[in-house]
Amino acid sequence: MPDHLSLLLVVIPLIAAPVAAILPRGRLPWATALTVTSICFILAGMQLWAVVHDGVISYELGGWAPPWGIEYRIDAVNAFVALIVSGIAAITVPYALLSAEKEIPEHQIPHFYSAFLLCFTGLLGITQTGDIFNLFVFLEISSLSSYALISLGQKRQALTSAYQYLIMGTLGATFFLIGVGLIYSQTGTLNMMDLAERLPEVSGLNTVHTGFAFIMIGFALKLALFPLHLWLPNAYTYAPTVITVFLAATATKVALYVMLRVLFTVFPNGFISTIPTGDLFILSGMAGIIIASVYAIYQVDVKRLLAYSSVAQIGYMALGIGFASAMGVTATIIHLFNHALMKGALFMAVGAIIYRIGDCRMDNIQGLGRQMPWTFGAIVTGGLSLIGVPGTAGFISKWYLVLAALEQDAWILVAVILIGSLLAVIYMGRVIEALYFKPAAETNLAVKEAPILLLAPTWVLVFANIYFGLDTELTVGVAEHAAQVLGVAAK
Amino acid sequence: MTHNLILHVVSKTLIPLIIVFALYVQFHGDFGPGGGFQAGVIMSSAIILYALVFGLDVAEQVMPPTILRLLASLGVLIYAGVGVVTLFPGGNYLDYSVLADTQIAGQHLGILLVELGVGITVFSVMLIIFFAFAGRGRP
Repeated sequence: MPDHLSLLLVVIPLIAAPVAAILPRGRLPWATALTVTSICFILAGMQLWAVVHDGVISYELGGWAPPWGIEYRIDAVNAFVALIVSGIAAITVPYALLSAEKEIPEHQIPHFYSAFLLCFTGLLGITQTGDIFNLFVFLEISSLSSYALISLGQKRQALTSAYQYLIMGTLGATFFLIGVGLIYSQTGTLNMMDLAERLPEVSGLNTVHTGFAFIMIGFALKLALFPLHLWLPNAYTYAPTVITVFLAATATKVALYVMLRVLFTVFPNGFISTIPTGDLFILSGMAGIIIASVYAIYQVDVKRLLAYSSVAQIGYMALGIGFASAMGVTATIIHLFNHALMKGALFMAVGAIIYRIGDCRMDNIQGLGRQMPWTFGAIVTGGLSLIGVPGTAGFISKWYLVLAALEQDAWILVAVILIGSLLAVIYMGRVIEALYFKPAAETNLAVKEAPILLLAPTWVLVFANIYFGLDTELTVGVAEHAAQVLGVAAK
Repeated sequence: MTHNLILHVVSKTLIPLIIVFALYVQFHGDFGPGGGFQAGVIMSSAIILYALVFGLDVAEQVMPPTILRLLASLGVLIYAGVGVVTLFPGGNYLDYSVLADTQIAGQHLGILLVELGVGITVFSVMLIIFFAFAGRGRP
């Protein structure tokens, strides 16, 4: 049923989630999640192929024609993001088998996979839908399930960080809803394409400006855009490792996609420059890159270090949006993909250490690199990609970002991007120093390499980092196509 | 409260009425105000009243938590399942018109089933939340 492709992508995990919840303990819920995420990955690949070759897919839910009914509208941008989300999910679930068994109480396992599938449903739904209110509903599905998932972490702090995220996330979602309401009051429609047609007439009104601001702030919170990132380090640090991997590689990416969609599709072209949104993005991007990277240097917990690094990386993506040029948006979309690869690989490798010693504090992991060479190799390669060394995926995104900055003669930003890379050298250097050059603690001498089930998914992502650093046809090609679809004017 | 006769008698009279009203709100939802969500909440309030008056243990015998968990999932599956069923006669997802011979009958049937799913899930989730909070601190 190729007609229903884009729908099945959302409905299959939606149906699988309650099924996983009622399955008996053991490995059946995991098998369900594995099957579903793999199917969705294939479907997302087919969808991207269909969109790139045959153009936009439009699906009318319930047979009601848009703009009255809910429409799923897929173009190259959301097809690409859906592929990232389902790809990362399909790699995370095999990893989850051992990692989740270790970190999550046995009686919670069916619920864990159920919530995971719901979160997956929500994230895919956000990418698929062409209706801005439906987007809010999916946002809530993914957010509520991710609060539950984060609270499943081993330490007691997981509860407070989930609560913190709950407050901030709810604020973000509420702001988004207020913004949507204000815009609806002026246009009378919720369909994105219909909004795009109607908004130019009313784009001078203060109500629309206010609505726009609410939507932007709301999603900046979900995106953890500096300085609205405060929930992120705690949430990523205390969540179960699998969830950290999944959320770091997908949730912020989906939020960023919504930003792009609202800025460039829903609001009229050029609206971004009527109020200084672009400058704000650039400012917070710059501050995020520098400040969050410096914070990362001083962390003693590797997971938290990587979480701060994520805030910095979101800064790079914000820069690309701020340029509001075709090149800038291309760079953002490329980095969106590449960052999912590198952070996925890094968090997985750190998770392998946690699997062995139950912790990832700098002083506890000393010398482990020599005992866990494959894990160490993954951290080094992931780190190089994060820094942006040529031959890795990170280099491609930095390269396009610098090109976009040069296009605008923004030399300061070029400097900021390079400083950000240097800071990444320092903080990744500290991890590598602790892992390899420090003498091993006596308690850790018996630690062995992580099991293959953890290493294989990690190395799939590590190889992806290298592959997409050498062959850029998919990433750059699709990203350029996507920027074109978004209709960003080339400068 | 286990020995309060008046409460026992009054709630025993009220609970059937509450349940009937919940069913009315559930199945009359497509003609008047109501629907699955409201009906689910009203229905669960009957059990909550029962738990308040007769105690948590007795209420959990009436509505065992394992059954509630099954019901919570079942509701979502009914909802999503109706959508899947509409795909096979060639309709779009949740296009109820294809469910019966005439369009109107199809729409009626579809919304009835979907709201039933909503009702079951809301009912059981409300009770799961109630039992989770009320059961805190029990051995």
